[in-house]
Amino acid sequence: MKYMMFVCTDTEPDTDKTPEPDIEAWVTENDANGRRLDGHELAPVSAATTVRVRGGELLVSDGPFAETKEVVVGFDLLECADLDEAIEVARTHPMARAGRIELRPFADLG
Amino acid sequence: MASAAAEATARASRAPIVAPLVRVAGDSPRPGGAGGGRGGGGGPPGPGAPPPPPARDSRAQIVATLIRVTGDWTLAEDCAQEALVQALQRWPAEGVPANPAGWLMTVARNRATDVLRRAAVERRKLHELAAYPPAVADPGAPDGEEEVVDDRLRLIFTCCHPALALEARVALTLRTICGIPTADIARAFLVSESTMTRRLTRAKTKIADARIPYRVPSGPALAERLPGVLAVLYLLFTRGYDTDGEPAFADEAIRLVRLLDALMPGESEISALLALFLFQHSRRAARRDAGGDLVPLDRQDRARWDHAAIAEGRAVLGRVREDGPYALQARIAATHAAATSVETTDWPAIAAWYDALAARTPSPVVALNRAVAHGYAYGPAAGLALLAEARAGGALDGYPLALAAEADLTARGGDRERAAALFRRAAARTHAEPERRALLDRAADLDP
Repeated sequence: MKYMMFVCTDTEPDTDKTPEPDIEAWVTENDANGRRLDGHELAPVSAATTVRVRGGELLVSDGPFAETKEVVVGFDLLECADLDEAIEVARTHPMARAGRIELRPFADLG
Repeated sequence: MASAAAEATARASRAPIVAPLVRVAGDSPRPGGAGGGRGGGGGPPGPGAPPPPPARDSRAQIVATLIRVTGDWTLAEDCAQEALVQALQRWPAEGVPANPAGWLMTVARNRATDVLRRAAVERRKLHELAAYPPAVADPGAPDGEEEVVDDRLRLIFTCCHPALALEARVALTLRTICGIPTADIARAFLVSESTMTRRLTRAKTKIADARIPYRVPSGPALAERLPGVLAVLYLLFTRGYDTDGEPAFADEAIRLVRLLDALMPGESEISALLALFLFQHSRRAARRDAGGDLVPLDRQDRARWDHAAIAEGRAVLGRVREDGPYALQARIAATHAAATSVETTDWPAIAAWYDALAARTPSPVVALNRAVAHGYAYGPAAGLALLAEARAGGALDGYPLALAAEADLTARGGDRERAAALFRRAAARTHAEPERRALLDRAADLDP
């Protein structure tokens, strides 16, 4: 089962002072065990561009700039047996504490 | 005698919950294979007919196993339902089979096979169903038994998965494990039946789409997930205990925690929750007066408490080795249950349990109850001091029970005029009519 893992900021990060897990170690471990297929950090939202087509006309605009401070800053594509396994992968990502992680399963088109 | 009467009332009150067992989704039962060719003779029993006790207890097992084998929640529920309907139709005439649970499982499984075969899809599921050991042929086979037990646990943990909304967890537990009709759940949660149907469908869809596993977590994950399961049962119980709640939900919560306690022996918080439920439930006959109004603990007729339930609660609590939050609440309830009156209650013990509870799970309501306990144990001044502490930061602002507690402590401290005014302020903030009236009565008692 594939899960898209959106790595997001959060207005209320963890207040626990113990050091966060290391992102490099997280990537290495989950690449090795086959649970992480791909992923990357994203450039800030100031670099975002929106593309729409309406009535055959191309509309390109700057942004979007989210109203809130909760934005997607990266993604990882996971391959896990089930949601519990995906949750276990997500919980050890440093951004689970500094921000939050959103897990979205791939739609079943079968 | 009092408890027998209470039992009868409890049974009568659950009639609307049990009766719709004969409501069946889909067409009439048509057993394939082993079910035998039964004619259409004899309509379904009237909606008032109670299901045979073995059928009731088997339902969760059948649903749990069919979900594991087919992965289809709705199919599992429908097939369990049909097996129960067949039992209602056939057992009165043919006699209860030697292995009722096995009979029901076979009928349900045959029905599921039939539906899947007719749908002509899901060959893998069909194969698994065919491979499932025939329950009727091996009554009480220990291996099969263990598997069935496991399935019910799996079902409980999946229904209570934290990735589902809390309200969906409660509704799914009631619908899938307890077999309570959607309409009754909707009524208890003050939403329309179609809203509740959508909520249940959304939850089942999420389970499938997000692939929430049908599994009991193991190792450290179990310790993380168990409190969530118990929280759902607690909510279910209080929903049966509330003024406008559904009394049968309290019985269902007790049945479920009993099941958990049997399936996961040695888990202190499960036993503690069972004990807590038993103590609270023991007061059910004394909690309301003839007019249906709530009777506070200090005015309850303690002879009407269910002393058998109290004794069982005490025995269950005796097995608890670790004092988690439920164990502390159960110890408080046990102390109340052991007293013959408010005056002879061991308040210093209760105050100490509340100290421990406040340290372990601090919350404004625990702090409020702690203040009340200290007020009884060490005098109104001690209670008022802790109440002021509990209110710091405005946590209990506008909470009528905090005002009522202040009023009670003030009255016992001797300031009748101020106490009466406080009771009236508490009444003004209370929406439930019986509670409001009780507070106004207290105020009137204090007037010169």
